[in-house]
Amino acid sequence: MAERSFKAEVEHLRKGQGDVFTGEGILAITKALLENGVGYVGGYQGAPISHLMDVLADAEELLTELGVRFEANASEAAAAAMLAASVHYPIRGAVTFKGPVGVNVASDALANLCSSGVNGGALIIVGEDYGEGSSIMQERSHGFAMKSQFWMLDPRPNLPSITKAVKDGFELSEASNTPVMLMVRIRSCHVTGSFATKDNLPPPLAMKQAIAAPQSDFKRVVLPPWSYVHEQQKIAERWPAAEKFIIENGLNEVMGPDTAKLGIVVQGGMYNGVIRALQRLGLADIFGKTEVPLYVLNVTYPLVRDEFAGFCTGKDHILVVEEGQPEHIEQHLGSFLYKAQSKIKLYGKDVLPMAGEYTGQVMLDGVTAFLKQAAPDMLPGQVRAPNREMPAIPDLSKTVPTRPPGFCTGCPERPIFAGMKLVEEELGKHQISGDIGCHLFGSLPPFEIGGSTMGYGLGPAANGAFDGGGERRAIAMLGDGGFWHNGLSSSIGNMVYNKSDNVVVIVDNYYSAATGGQDLLSSRVVNETKATGNPIQAALKGVGVKWIKTIDHSYDVAKVRDTVKEALTTEFQGPKVIVASSECMLNKQRREKPLRQKAIRDGRRVDVPRFGVDADVCTGDHACIRLSGCPSLSLKRLEDPLRDDPIAHIDQTCVGCGNCGEVADAAALCPSFYRADVVHNPGGLERWRAGVRSRVRTWLQTRRDVRRLRLEDAPT
Amino acid sequence: MNMQAPQQESTAVNGIFKLAILAVGGQGGGVLTAWIESVARAQGYDVQATSVAGVSQRTGATIYYIEMAPGSDQQPVFALAPSGGDVDVMIAAEMMEVGRSIMRGFVTPDRTTLIGSTHRQLAVSEKTIPGDGIADAAEVRAAAEIAAQRLILADMDQLAVAQGSVISASLFGALAGAGVLPFPRVAFEEAIRASGKGVEASLRAFDAGYSAAQDGEEQTQKQGVPVAPEIIGPEDRMRQWDGLKAWVQAMPDPVQDMALAGLRKVVDFQDAAYGNLYLDHLNRAIGVDGADQGWALSIAAAKYIANAMAYDDIIKVADLKTRAPRLDRIRREMGAEDAQLVQLTEFFHPRAEEVAGLMPAAMGVKWEASPRRMALLAKLFGRGRRLRTDTLRAFLMLYVLGGLKGYRLRTRRHAVEAAHLEVWLARCLAMRDQDYALAVELFKNRRLIKGYSDTHARGLGKFDRVMEAADLLTGREDAAEWMARLREAALQDPEGKALSGAIETVRSFV
Repeated sequence: MAERSFKAEVEHLRKGQGDVFTGEGILAITKALLENGVGYVGGYQGAPISHLMDVLADAEELLTELGVRFEANASEAAAAAMLAASVHYPIRGAVTFKGPVGVNVASDALANLCSSGVNGGALIIVGEDYGEGSSIMQERSHGFAMKSQFWMLDPRPNLPSITKAVKDGFELSEASNTPVMLMVRIRSCHVTGSFATKDNLPPPLAMKQAIAAPQSDFKRVVLPPWSYVHEQQKIAERWPAAEKFIIENGLNEVMGPDTAKLGIVVQGGMYNGVIRALQRLGLADIFGKTEVPLYVLNVTYPLVRDEFAGFCTGKDHILVVEEGQPEHIEQHLGSFLYKAQSKIKLYGKDVLPMAGEYTGQVMLDGVTAFLKQAAPDMLPGQVRAPNREMPAIPDLSKTVPTRPPGFCTGCPERPIFAGMKLVEEELGKHQISGDIGCHLFGSLPPFEIGGSTMGYGLGPAANGAFDGGGERRAIAMLGDGGFWHNGLSSSIGNMVYNKSDNVVVIVDNYYSAATGGQDLLSSRVVNETKATGNPIQAALKGVGVKWIKTIDHSYDVAKVRDTVKEALTTEFQGPKVIVASSECMLNKQRREKPLRQKAIRDGRRVDVPRFGVDADVCTGDHACIRLSGCPSLSLKRLEDPLRDDPIAHIDQTCVGCGNCGEVADAAALCPSFYRADVVHNPGGLERWRAGVRSRVRTWLQTRRDVRRLRLEDAPT
Repeated sequence: MNMQAPQQESTAVNGIFKLAILAVGGQGGGVLTAWIESVARAQGYDVQATSVAGVSQRTGATIYYIEMAPGSDQQPVFALAPSGGDVDVMIAAEMMEVGRSIMRGFVTPDRTTLIGSTHRQLAVSEKTIPGDGIADAAEVRAAAEIAAQRLILADMDQLAVAQGSVISASLFGALAGAGVLPFPRVAFEEAIRASGKGVEASLRAFDAGYSAAQDGEEQTQKQGVPVAPEIIGPEDRMRQWDGLKAWVQAMPDPVQDMALAGLRKVVDFQDAAYGNLYLDHLNRAIGVDGADQGWALSIAAAKYIANAMAYDDIIKVADLKTRAPRLDRIRREMGAEDAQLVQLTEFFHPRAEEVAGLMPAAMGVKWEASPRRMALLAKLFGRGRRLRTDTLRAFLMLYVLGGLKGYRLRTRRHAVEAAHLEVWLARCLAMRDQDYALAVELFKNRRLIKGYSDTHARGLGKFDRVMEAADLLTGREDAAEWMARLREAALQDPEGKALSGAIETVRSFV
């Protein structure tokens, strides 16, 4: 069950000719796929396109109606490999994953696909995870297009342009027998807007018909001599075909006056940013009517020499706006100009920064710097000679704390790291490698468990160099998502085969949680269209792991501590794998809260746990927080002149996961914590018993209070 | 971060209204964004909203951005992210996020209406240090007053929670109340109704936010500082108490408040006689103190002697956990209704040290000296215990422990604490003539001793190291300042790394 449900939104995917769709980019892309007769779709979730997979999953009913096959692929490699269906069969296929990391994983299949070439349109929709909000290394997917010779679309970030790019992509792919990558940037995926819809189009040839009439052609297999032929075809046939199609169908756009002596070449995805800069300089209106000519590259690869030359005619200065590095496009256009012995001055990563996101300010500064050199007279007086100074605003950089992402309230992974922290305090620091997933937050304070992440499912593989063993065993983290994505073979199989003596902690939260809680092989929920409930332990046994320990309730900090300790100290030689399981709290709350509310309404007995701290017992040393970092476990200042430091406090967002009590216990911290279970609709006997207890308590308390001096109700 | 000079905006770009939301993941920024978008569309505007869905949304800071313009036959070109100096309304859902929005240049005096919530959702870095690491909200407020063209600050979280809703609703109300968007109030409320989830509570929170924006913050502030709890008890004993109070009133004015607070604490901890002892100790400080120094020494003494005397032993904890008002307090905190029951589970993990500390002084010494016996205690008692104090068995056990006050002063723990107090007190007072300021700091070092079991031991260790360092400093002009610096360093991290560094520095110049 994914974090966000699109069940309501997918109804809009049924809209037809003459309707208008209003909503998010990812839904618009899905609608466009259906309008263009796609035959099969798939992919692997990951921000920023996780929700595209969720939409496809929620739209499965409609997809089936249309005869479209939806595959939730096991990895990006599996998704890209699925496009093999379009090599021989005239069927349009689309897969989606994040870039560039997903493209890294897919690159093997992509390279082979590009060599074979395609018959049916093959579209790879990549959510480029670059800039603010990104969770990965800052790279570009562009280079993959260059090395494998597939085409790259980077449409202007509005719904009409993005949906048109889907149509163009399929047609370009078929016209040039080449896969096409449609790149949507991090904010384009969730940009909202409207576009005019058309009727959905069932695939002319459905997968079921195709499989009934199998096709093959050894000339398309990547084997010599054909692989040499493929390379020649890429250059001699597919590239020219692509250029022809791009020009004839005007995929790239030229805007603004054709008389000006300067112009800007911009990636489609950067268009809005450039227009905003021009708007702020008074050189464009709010509808994008610009005084500076623009050559908008909705296709960023291949670059079309003649089209570019046409744009350059009569110009002296050209600025290339290209986000990210290296500056592939600028270099490419530069070589065009050089070979043409052009006198045009080319600007790019000199007035704009080489690295980093092109934010509004960066773009404004870059365009301004370009105009200062190319056409100073176009700039408003303010910019040429600023005369208004802002009042100095105090520097808050030392005051405002950073706020990196961390474990959610009640996260089942927190106690695992609390347990490992306790082991570290006892046995000392160990070599620990992390993996991709929420559990990577464990490498941040307060836990600081794990010092590297080498890729999805590669945590244990990243300890390979330590497989020889030594004084202290190395530990690797691995999530259930990473385990099924790649970890079973690349990490676990690798350890078994190389006789590793190290330790793996598999964090099993029942879902691919970091990407939005999608189900996976070992999910415990029943999923009508997918086969869940395949235990990780069975797979471990299958690849030859002998030492397997299961912690079925990851909140048991003491058990985590003791199990990890055992794994680190046991005589057993060979890989030691601990599977620590408990359901992702976000998913759990989503599932259980409504049920609980209903039960309470129906008058059934429900007990709702929550934790608290006795203000008068807590001494404000914050040791508990250093083993938690839970958002609901915070601090508060008391109105007590005798107190110097704020004390621990648990707010009403606590979900009663139990970590606080477990930690206080396992670490022998302090007795300030208590768990309060509020019992809704208690039974008669229960109420009677509680009454008796309360009367006895009160009698005892009064008995004591008449004999002593005491403070009236202590501070809360 | 210093700000850029704002661009002279062309009228064209001013035709677009720009609104940014800076929230912490999980605060419902997405809901707020959807509401704003739907009200604008309903009012015939062209709108574009963007957000980033990813791990940054787990619990990190994240930005939502909306641009809108009056509808026309052409589609405006909107930007996908806010630019410094180009934001009309900045909504920040937490006080440090208010600060972040200013740091990032999204709030400028020439155009920005800043709507912020003053509540704090502490960052991990603020919570983990052993001392007080909470960021200074006053600095952010001061900056906001300079940076914003118009400033609307209120505890939007409290306003929403009080209505059984979440902050997105009160912020939406504040946006409507700010009157920066040319839409009627009903249009905003309609957007909430249309969303169809928790509508009534959302509308109440919306109203609270709306008023906060219109009437200003004062109306929304929680008024009244809680009065310090008083000592109560049976008449005969209250007479003893009045005697003690009279004694405090005889003390120099500036000392009285702290002395009374301290007295309350130790009497609540033990009894009137113990309070008497406290005042004896305190008078030793007052005796060597004077008005010329503003009685700083005595005030510090009053505070820290009380904390030292009311040490945290099993008896104190057991007593506090079994007092009458506690259960009601917890019921209130948990929002339990009368028809509902509350079950309580306490988490105890006594170690051999605590048990030995509970023995008669002489016996305790013997047992602590013997590793074998300590191991036995650890075996017998040293495991986690979860006590259901709403049940009678567990309650009685704690009740009995909490009733051991009569015996407490004969325990090993008390002997240790009393001795430690005497040595420390004598040392502070001895320093008075040589260096008054340093003597005050020596009292304040007591702040380092807190927590239970290992944490307590670690605190004691830091206290000793800091007190040792005093010897190095004695005789220096700036001894007191350095003592304070060392103490602050000791509060920076649990292991005392910062302290070691600071002590090294001291060694380097003495």
